[in-house]
Amino acid sequence: MPMNHTSTPLDDLASRGGNQQGCLKVFVQRDYSEGTLVRFQTRFPPELEDKIEPQLFEQTINTMNSIYAEAEKAGCSTYCEGCMACLTAYLIYICTETHYEKCLRKVAKYVVEQNERIYVPRGLLITDPSERGLRVIEISVLTEPAAATRS
Amino acid sequence: MLGVKGWKWMQMKNSRNEMDEVDEENYLVCSCPFLASRLTAAIPVVGAALFAFVLSSLLRTSFSDPGVIPRATPEEVAHIERQTIQAAVVQTESEISRPPPRTQEVLVRGHPVKLKYCFTCKIFRPPRASHCSLCDNCVERFDHHCPWVGNCVGKRNYRYFYMFIVSLSFLCVFIFACSLTHLILLTRDNKPFLEAVRDTPASVVVSIVCFFSLWSILGLAGFHTYLTTSNQTTNEDIKGSFSSKQGQESFNPYSEGNVCSNCLYVLCGPTPPSLLDRRGVISIQNLPQSLDPALRVIPEESRDVSVSRKTYGTVWSSPPSVTVDMTLEELLFFQNGIAHIESPTKQVAPAPPQPASPPPSPSSVMSSGTSTPSTRSSNRLVAETAAGGAPAATPRVNPMGSPHQDEGAIVTHSSPVEPCSPSPPPPSANHLRLLRDTTMIESELDLDSPEEASRVTRPSAA
Repeated sequence: MPMNHTSTPLDDLASRGGNQQGCLKVFVQRDYSEGTLVRFQTRFPPELEDKIEPQLFEQTINTMNSIYAEAEKAGCSTYCEGCMACLTAYLIYICTETHYEKCLRKVAKYVVEQNERIYVPRGLLITDPSERGLRVIEISVLTEPAAATRS
Repeated sequence: MLGVKGWKWMQMKNSRNEMDEVDEENYLVCSCPFLASRLTAAIPVVGAALFAFVLSSLLRTSFSDPGVIPRATPEEVAHIERQTIQAAVVQTESEISRPPPRTQEVLVRGHPVKLKYCFTCKIFRPPRASHCSLCDNCVERFDHHCPWVGNCVGKRNYRYFYMFIVSLSFLCVFIFACSLTHLILLTRDNKPFLEAVRDTPASVVVSIVCFFSLWSILGLAGFHTYLTTSNQTTNEDIKGSFSSKQGQESFNPYSEGNVCSNCLYVLCGPTPPSLLDRRGVISIQNLPQSLDPALRVIPEESRDVSVSRKTYGTVWSSPPSVTVDMTLEELLFFQNGIAHIESPTKQVAPAPPQPASPPPSPSSVMSSGTSTPSTRSSNRLVAETAAGGAPAATPRVNPMGSPHQDEGAIVTHSSPVEPCSPSPPPPSANHLRLLRDTTMIESELDLDSPEEASRVTRPSAA
């Protein structure tokens, strides 16, 4: 189970905001209602009540969803890219970055920016979903230990 | 039907792949210079280009990540465990007899799809994903595991695989045509046919090999073209996920709508990058042992129903020095697996005389509860348990700390221990039902009925 332990901007944030290990984690799951495209549920998790305003949370998730939608949009440019790659016997991938990768980096940048501006001051921290295999958005509540929700 | 054919084609493709190299060599040495001088210089150029394309896409298919879904982090696992246990507890308290099994149901474009829990990767598999037993990973948009390519074929490398097959069939046709032309041109030079054959025996060999492998490779290409146009995977086609049943119209919720856009999307659509962290460092905290300590404690009740903890040696063998540390969920899962193992064992080796009117032993309750499957399918289940569950549990540790690794130990242990673990029948029966329902067993069975299972096993081997 490899995880990224190089020093990314996220890790810096984590160390600034407190220890990311062993604190309460809230998970936002994938939304499959529109197919297998990457999309996350915008339902507000009850654990985050009175930690962040629902509108802010929803806006973050929606923005991330829209970037993912852009990454997976089956438009003309994507098809051209795919055809070009095919014609060059897929050797083009060695030297260029795909549209999808650019979008994922955009998401990573957006997450860092949102963390800095909104989440870390409120004691929360979003982990970039691509570090979790695009399965979940992991939100760490830095101020609460993991034991809080155990029933 | 088509699926089985596909499997056969795949089998034949093996010979094709290897012989292709030989063909190419023969072809380059014998026919190519001749045809280049007699006809046109384009022939070797086209041949070389096709060959380069085939090789490039073959290497891409083999060495790219098929779309492996990274496994859950310990926190995520703990979260899912908590939810499942809570759900189970709530359900039993409110006296509803059937707690939810380990599946989730989601609507994909208004079409209900069951998400199964993967006990190895500890995630609810996304729609279209499947666990590959050979790679031991969940793969997104799983098509099949291709042993000839030596990799799974999934979301990320399906297009390479498809282009490989298609270009290979073109190459095959091309070589076949060239060798035949060589022979025909020689016979047209007023030579008898036999003399022409004596001149280029290699051309004859190549055309015969090509002729026979052509059909298999063309068939496979055709089959995958059909799948691509309908945006299906081999896996879904074999299982008949979208075939019309019970009067319902067949409907593929993942289809883009029409043939053209399906092809475009599958072959030239967006290319998701690999989600694996290949250079990550595994630290102690990342190991699955760092699960919630609360979940490690095995509740008293489940100890009552435990078949025999010593029989864990039958499912997986652990190094002697280690001690067991299992999650509740794993314990329950393995118990179910063992219960199935035990019933045949008892038939083989008669147990010692049981105490008068023994309470129903857990295994008999269990097998009566799930009496529908034939022995074959339950054996398959056990095999899956051993194959799928064991690797995940290997770094983990063993309860009694007693090493019983040899197979002979199974019988000796299971029979004497069983009468020793009686439990009050009514609660244990209830509890067993709960256990069965919270684990995968039930849902495994109603999804893979025996005849379907036999159909599925073959292509998964192919």
